[in-house]
Amino acid sequence: MSNVTTPPMNPNSSPPRKINSHRPTYSRFTQQELPACKPILTPTYVISAFMIVTVVFVPIGLASLFASRHVVEIVNRYDDYCAPYGSRSDKVRFIQSDADKTCNTTITVPKHMKQPIYVYYQLDNFYQNHRRYVKSRSDQQLRNKNYENDTSTCKPEDSVNGTVPIVPCGLVAWSMFNDTFSFSTNNNVKLPITKKGISWKSDRDHKYGKDVFPKNFQNGSLIGGAHLNESIPLSAQEDLIVWMRTAALPTFRKLYGKIEVDLKAGDTINVIMQNNYNTYSFNGKKKLVLSTASWLGGKNNFIGVAYLVIGGLCFVLAMTFTAIYLVKPRRLGDPTYLTWNRSPAGH
Amino acid sequence: MKRFVYVNDDDLSHELYCDNRVSNRKYTLLNFIPKNLWEQFSRFMNQYFLLIACLQLWPLITPVNPASTWGPLIFIFAVSATKEGWDDYCRYVSDKKANEKEVWVVREGSKKLIQAQDIHVGNLVWLRENDEVPCDLVLLGTSESQGVCYVETSALDGETDLKTRSIPPACMGIDSDLLHKIKGVIECPKPDKDIRRFDANLRLFPPFIDNDVCPLTIKNTILQSCYLRNTDWACGVAVYTGNETKLGMSRGVAEPKLTAMDAMIDKLTGAIFIFQIVVVIVLGIAGNVWKDTEARKHWYLLYPDEGPWYELLIIPLRFELLCSIMIPISIKVSLDLVKSLYAKFIDWDKQMVDLDTGTPANATNTAISEDLGQVEYILTDKTGTLTENKMIFKRCCIAGTYFGNENGDAVKDVELLNAINTGSPDAVKFLTVMAICNTVIPIKSPSGIVSYKAQSQDEEALVRAAASMHMDFVSKNSNILDINFNGSLIQYEVLDYLEFTSDRKRMSVVVRDCSSSKIILLSKGADEAILPCAYAGFQTKTFYEAVDQYAQMGLRTFCLAWRELNEDEYQEWSLMFKEANSTLVDREWRVAEVCQRLERDLEILGVAAIEDRLQDGVPEAIETLRKAGINFWMLTGDKQNTAIQIALSCNFVSPEPKGQLLLINGKTEDEVCRNLERVLLTMRITKAEPKDVAFVIDGWALEIALKNYRKAFTELAILSRTAICCRVTPSQKAQLVELLKYCDYRTLAIGDGGNDVRMIQQADIGVGISGREGLQAARAADYSIGKFRFLTRLILVHGRYSYNRTAFLSQYSFYKSLLICFIQIFFSFVSGVSGTSLFNSVSLMAYNVFYTSVPVLVSVLDKDLSEKTVMQHPQILFYCQAGRLLNPTTFAGWFGRALFHAIVVFAITIHSYAFEKSEMEEVSMVALSGCVWLQAFVVTLETNSFTILQHVAIWGNLVVFYIINWIVSALPRSGMYTIMYRLCRQPTYWNTMFLIVAAGMGPVLALKYFRYTYRSSKINILQQAERLGGPIMSLGSIEPQPRTLDTDSLTPLSISQPKSGRNSVFEPLLSDSPNAMRRSFGPGATFDFFQSQSKSSYYPRDKDN
Repeated sequence: MSNVTTPPMNPNSSPPRKINSHRPTYSRFTQQELPACKPILTPTYVISAFMIVTVVFVPIGLASLFASRHVVEIVNRYDDYCAPYGSRSDKVRFIQSDADKTCNTTITVPKHMKQPIYVYYQLDNFYQNHRRYVKSRSDQQLRNKNYENDTSTCKPEDSVNGTVPIVPCGLVAWSMFNDTFSFSTNNNVKLPITKKGISWKSDRDHKYGKDVFPKNFQNGSLIGGAHLNESIPLSAQEDLIVWMRTAALPTFRKLYGKIEVDLKAGDTINVIMQNNYNTYSFNGKKKLVLSTASWLGGKNNFIGVAYLVIGGLCFVLAMTFTAIYLVKPRRLGDPTYLTWNRSPAGH
Repeated sequence: MKRFVYVNDDDLSHELYCDNRVSNRKYTLLNFIPKNLWEQFSRFMNQYFLLIACLQLWPLITPVNPASTWGPLIFIFAVSATKEGWDDYCRYVSDKKANEKEVWVVREGSKKLIQAQDIHVGNLVWLRENDEVPCDLVLLGTSESQGVCYVETSALDGETDLKTRSIPPACMGIDSDLLHKIKGVIECPKPDKDIRRFDANLRLFPPFIDNDVCPLTIKNTILQSCYLRNTDWACGVAVYTGNETKLGMSRGVAEPKLTAMDAMIDKLTGAIFIFQIVVVIVLGIAGNVWKDTEARKHWYLLYPDEGPWYELLIIPLRFELLCSIMIPISIKVSLDLVKSLYAKFIDWDKQMVDLDTGTPANATNTAISEDLGQVEYILTDKTGTLTENKMIFKRCCIAGTYFGNENGDAVKDVELLNAINTGSPDAVKFLTVMAICNTVIPIKSPSGIVSYKAQSQDEEALVRAAASMHMDFVSKNSNILDINFNGSLIQYEVLDYLEFTSDRKRMSVVVRDCSSSKIILLSKGADEAILPCAYAGFQTKTFYEAVDQYAQMGLRTFCLAWRELNEDEYQEWSLMFKEANSTLVDREWRVAEVCQRLERDLEILGVAAIEDRLQDGVPEAIETLRKAGINFWMLTGDKQNTAIQIALSCNFVSPEPKGQLLLINGKTEDEVCRNLERVLLTMRITKAEPKDVAFVIDGWALEIALKNYRKAFTELAILSRTAICCRVTPSQKAQLVELLKYCDYRTLAIGDGGNDVRMIQQADIGVGISGREGLQAARAADYSIGKFRFLTRLILVHGRYSYNRTAFLSQYSFYKSLLICFIQIFFSFVSGVSGTSLFNSVSLMAYNVFYTSVPVLVSVLDKDLSEKTVMQHPQILFYCQAGRLLNPTTFAGWFGRALFHAIVVFAITIHSYAFEKSEMEEVSMVALSGCVWLQAFVVTLETNSFTILQHVAIWGNLVVFYIINWIVSALPRSGMYTIMYRLCRQPTYWNTMFLIVAAGMGPVLALKYFRYTYRSSKINILQQAERLGGPIMSLGSIEPQPRTLDTDSLTPLSISQPKSGRNSVFEPLLSDSPNAMRRSFGPGATFDFFQSQSKSSYYPRDKDN
């Protein structure tokens, strides 16, 4: 390879005429000679990689499934039975009327539930992530009293009659969920439900001002959702804070409160609900969810199943490759495959 | 259209013509910003980004903060503008240097030292020896009594010999003092770029005698950028100045070069753009439909019943903005960045430093390194590029005795030295001819060392060799030549020079020996011009054999001869000679005829053989590059047989029977046409044969062919892998490059002289040899290297790596943009097709700028194969040439991967973060982390060699991703306050990440492994072989001629042995051809077909050693 390696100086040639001051200095980086590790995809590496994934994923999957199965979850859809039977428009008319919307139901606890038991409400087909919706809020206003008038992003719920700013402004706050739930055991002992600490502490401390009070809220011609107590600062309005954490998916659960006693299997719980929130106009479902939590959170089999599937598939791949390797071994870097065929003219 | 130049008239021509200010600048201070912006915005991509950025200013439709587009956009513009500005400043500085050079100019009757830029047309310019000519001058006077001066024109046409220029006859004999006052008018054409023509005339005003019009030719001019040599002073009148000089006119604006890869990336960008438009239209329609059917039912959205007139456009425009990231704004910046690094690697490369001169390689154009890897045609100059342009006397044959055969160097041959010392008459005569039969001018430096200035390198070599054999040509005082032979001084008086012309192919000198008063004719020339002139009965057979033998070694041969004249004969002839020299009509022919009368009955002294040494490693370099599938064309201004000889000796064409040369000659259209068709026919037949067919064409025939038979010639160009074009002009070189480019080939032009500049600028890649001949070519070139052999490394190592790296980098850039864009699109399906962005502005910007750019940038260090392997298997370059690594198919692969990964990330994210976990900011960060994790593994999988930097960049980037997000999560004002801390504490988050990585990479790895092992490409095989240290290293010479391999044959031996009898197939075809004779270089074939100084039969070099 005399054409690549620098040849020795020709003794006959004239001595270097000038030494260029820009002569490159040697370093491994500039010469692209940094020591490098060059792994290649040998069957051993690849098959063992897949086997390792199998070995790691199957136990994790099993553990996740196990955790998920341990979670006791009670889901109760109530939007249907809490409204008069009939057409959708009937339900819409009902929910928009002033009629009494109290609704009762009983829930049987299937398994022992350890405290804390989380009470969620679940909305289906509710687009909290709609662009018009997510943008319609003013974080400035929520945080700081001085930015009360900062409602430019809140349209169309920014002000009453275009003059007085609404606090908290925007569609998100305006459409706050306003169903209520109260629980009692069989023998009419009230089950206390804690509503303190259901929101993120960071939100209470930093995102919502302690001196920001609701103002002109739900005073307009259109009433959206819940009303707010104007004497309580926003940082203490935990239902609002929870609601304002918009969900990324049209089906979502939001924490309503916590029951801090254990529930025994077979217990029946009476639930008295105020079915105020209108989901009938868009065929949304409302569900009441009572759930315990594991180290992975609520009941969700997806991760466990997915881990098992992936682990299994990797095992299949590993086996397949092993089989191919054994049945049809192929020497890596076999020079017989190295032929330089190409069309002679004009490739 | 004429221009009238009034000589030495300060007032008249000032306003008419520009001054001598040379300007290569593109901008001025004032127009820099508008002009540069205008240029940048003429690019489609930039217009697109600007449009997007402007749309983002509309809050109703923008999904993210407009700063996320404006920031990068302004950054990109600033970077390119700064680069342009700096380049222009450098041009300004070099112009300034040239403009402010001081020259002597006659002003108001006396010489003054002024700056070169103040020279006006009509000024008298005085030059001293070794001055650079500042503008185009018509010569009026010189220090030499014969009115000649010598100029070196290498900067202009690349020819390094000294050229004689003479003053017009009208100015003959004007005293140098009178020259100050000379007045006259020169009528000359408008400025043009033809450096071989100057049709003008001069009329001097009284009192200068000659009032007649005196014609001027190019012989009477000295042009800008030439150097005055061996002449004390010269004086001339400026006729063209500034940018209007011949050099300035031929400079031309170099078009910015676009690599094939850039073109492909543009094409792919266009495809993505169309895809994006389709997506936008579909989603826009879906969004509007959803809005009208569903959204109005969702009371909490408070959709007004009546929207503004543009309501229908809002959702499509939102999607347009959301999808605008599909075309990565960062791709241009990243590409510019890595390209300049490729260029730096070339600059830094130790192995491309020319050790003789210490010149490193230099990449002037930093934008086209990938093209080096895709070169299909190399057009090379000969002299100085392939050869060293150093002629050395090597062997001789004196009176039938061979000298220098044993040790390859006649100068050191003891027998020859003995013969000289003992005064063997033959040897002495031979040496005398070597020493004085020439036009060489010896120059004695103050230290006493004699150097020689010669018009031809061959003459210099002969004189030098004679000097080293004790026949020292010491000095020349007008007509007296001093020779120092073995310590004794011999003087000769030159009586006449019988000049060399290309028709005569010989030159002679008539001298009188001052001691014996004998008149001698000394001749030297090509064998066919000298040997027939031997006196009757002289045995020339040995000399023919000698010439043959030397020619087969690739040496240039000269026959030396001598004859003593008697006084009468000479006197008689001398009269005729003078008469012939003064004829006006057909002078050259008359002179030649007269010369022939004297050059007869010669006594042949011997044959001298001169080597124009090939540069080190040229044959190997050419062989390697030809193996890599690169076709070579040699374009030279040199003679046909010299060109062929060089071509043979540097593996350019293979010797018979593997190779075949087809000649296209002819002075008339018919001849050329006939030849062309014959050659074409042969080519077509030979196409399928494992044969190296090359055609040889000379400049004259080329001009006819290009003008009248362009189509046929184009076909020939496509069919022929090798061509030798001799006697071509600079513009013809450029035309040939253009022709090949027109055929859609990637061309590389390499040359060393000013005559190559145009071809270098024309070619896709121009490479200049920055060697002995100044820097003219190197300056115009995109790359300059010190030696031809570095071209191998430039192409195979730098070009190939650059191509591979850019191929990965560009496709990866699209992949990562598509990945995040697909996720946005998927998200829009669960957010009411309303155009909500899942990711926040900070994440989107950082994703493009940091998270995904940094790891991929270190792919500039990636090497798929080691340099050694590539050099051993240059054929692997095919993958780059054919664009196997970046084309719509590979791009489709990346597109599919982006889609698949987007599905994986999105599906896993929304399922594991469902229900109570589906908080917007959290989901967004989970998806983003998923993307960043995946891309780290994608880069890992696609990287072939991991240096420490790769590890740092890939894994460090992942760490930096978390650090950045932790920092942002610590700011209470940011939307994602505490989010990242929250996520990192959740086991679910980490479970999700591992799941995404495994689900995303598993199939990719499996597929890659399967392909790698069972459908391996050549690159894969070489990788495996290289890393497993297999025996493949010995297979470097598996097949020297890729073209000769039959597709189904694996054993190279059976192919490289040509089947006997194949030659006869072509015989009848060509036997009736007068010109396109098949040149055969077989051992048995001794045709006398080259009508010039040496025969070009070819033996393998070492055959007679």
